[in-house]
Amino acid sequence: MSWLQKLLPPKIKSREPGTKSAVPEGLWHKCSACGSVLYRTDLENNLDVCPKCNFHNRISARRRLDLMLDAEGRFEIGAEVRPVDILKFKAVKRYGDQLESFKESTGEDDALVVMQGAIHSVPVVVAVFEYGFVNGSMGSVVGERFVRGVQAAIENGVPFICVAASGGARMQEGLTSLMQMAKTSAILTKLADKRLPFISLLTDPTMGGVSASFAFLGDVVIGEPGALIGFAGPRVIEQTVRETLPEGFQRAEFLLEKGAIDMVVDRREMRLQIAQLLTLLAKQPAVSA
Amino acid sequence: MKTTFLDFEQPIAELENKIEELRFVQDDSAVDISAEIGHLEKKSQELTKTIYGKLTATQISQVARHPQRPYTLDYIKALCTDFEELHGDRTYADDAAIVGGLARFNGQSVMVIGHQKGRDTKDRQFRNFGMPRPEGYRKALRLMKLAEKFGLPVLTFVDTPGAYPGIGAEERGQSEAIGRNLFEMAKLRVPVVTTVIGEGGSGGALAIAVGDVVMMLQYSTYSVISPEGCASILWKTAEKAPEAAEAMGITAGRLKTLGLIDKVINEPLGGAHRNYPQMMASMKKAIADALKGLQEKSVDELLDARFERLMGYGKYKEVSVA
Repeated sequence: MSWLQKLLPPKIKSREPGTKSAVPEGLWHKCSACGSVLYRTDLENNLDVCPKCNFHNRISARRRLDLMLDAEGRFEIGAEVRPVDILKFKAVKRYGDQLESFKESTGEDDALVVMQGAIHSVPVVVAVFEYGFVNGSMGSVVGERFVRGVQAAIENGVPFICVAASGGARMQEGLTSLMQMAKTSAILTKLADKRLPFISLLTDPTMGGVSASFAFLGDVVIGEPGALIGFAGPRVIEQTVRETLPEGFQRAEFLLEKGAIDMVVDRREMRLQIAQLLTLLAKQPAVSA
Repeated sequence: MKTTFLDFEQPIAELENKIEELRFVQDDSAVDISAEIGHLEKKSQELTKTIYGKLTATQISQVARHPQRPYTLDYIKALCTDFEELHGDRTYADDAAIVGGLARFNGQSVMVIGHQKGRDTKDRQFRNFGMPRPEGYRKALRLMKLAEKFGLPVLTFVDTPGAYPGIGAEERGQSEAIGRNLFEMAKLRVPVVTTVIGEGGSGGALAIAVGDVVMMLQYSTYSVISPEGCASILWKTAEKAPEAAEAMGITAGRLKTLGLIDKVINEPLGGAHRNYPQMMASMKKAIADALKGLQEKSVDELLDARFERLMGYGKYKEVSVA
């Protein structure tokens, strides 16, 4: 014990590492971007956007749907589609076990949740990626639910919206996961034939096989502020080109500047913005906020 | 051209060296040792048969990346006449990692498109190791749309480690270029015959591989991520690439069993590079058969079948939900 520690009265001695704080877990949130300590309720009321620096925290698929859709008239599509371990894949962990543990941690049984509902009374079908489930990776279930979502949009004559948050294709399903890129892109040709809008919202992160399939096929492509969006991951690129990446590389604002996306929209404006775009495309009057 | 042998082929290499030495000796020798040479040649063939009879996924991927393996332009040269290469995406550049153009296949006008790797150091750099940038995919799409306009079947040859992960490629929309091709190929109104001739590296391969018939050479690979990439993510070390290669199922035989490809084209003993003429003959027959089947269909039938095939990808179970 150093002389300083001896001097200090016992009560203000720093806690032993590993001892629990008396404050209930999760009451406070430290912003990972600006370091501000925020009261969690304030953060949630602000749609998980930091009130100090506007950092957009990642949110779950269900929460996204909750924030995006009107409270009335929602129902889920494709929940009957469940994953199987096609290859009996085993790396450090078994894929089958991973599916179970992610189900427990996220409450979802795969990485895409599709829901029919409305945004400011404009009927839509929305598919949202659950990044918490195997990095939101796209395997057979994601592909099939996406397809069923688009089919529901076609049957009901309503627009389709996809909110991406994914590391790419799900390698634990081997080449089958790569083929989901072709499958999801192909079904969008049918939506286009019916002249129904596809709005693609890219959130943090949208990479690899998801980025390189339907993500940029939107009639309107929107990025969330600060979202990492790209084909190859920054680390892979750095290793390949052996150069330092430019400032803000692969961030939504960078993509806007390069002409890759139409707009960057703050999460708090998203609902209204999407409703606005949809009514414009449908030649309908504007919605009131 | 002297054959380059892979590490697992060393026993064959040693025999072949010995045969070579004997041939050299025989030239200025009074003794006839041709019987001995014949014997060794037979032995070498048998050895090759044994070794190639039980290749691991990793060994197959080594054959797929063999430096002497026939590349797209070799196939075009051997299978087609009157090849007229067409260049550029009309927007930014001509990407040498993808070649394409008009040609005649069995006398019939076709559009051929494929990834192109380089043979020597300079050429490899010029071809960017067969890793296309967005302009490559956009050139490919331009040629496909041209084929559609004039009703020409499209033949694609896949041989890439993957789309190029570079700063410029990202800035010019690598993702968009690949996704756009997937979308457009799903509804292209002409037959598309795809053959994986070497490495089928992920999205960079798929971007020219949405075909009505998808075939793979016996010792080619097709995977969602390279075994090295998969290993470094899931095993945290690239050294586990052999395990990753087995686990993902990247070989033609396995993918045929999984129903992801239509046909495996057999290669000559010891791989395509050991006997170009034989390889070209099998390839020509396979493509001709595929084209014949497709050209009997109307455009609508063709598109319906392609769409059904695309929708059929994926294995999942269905449960009843309350």
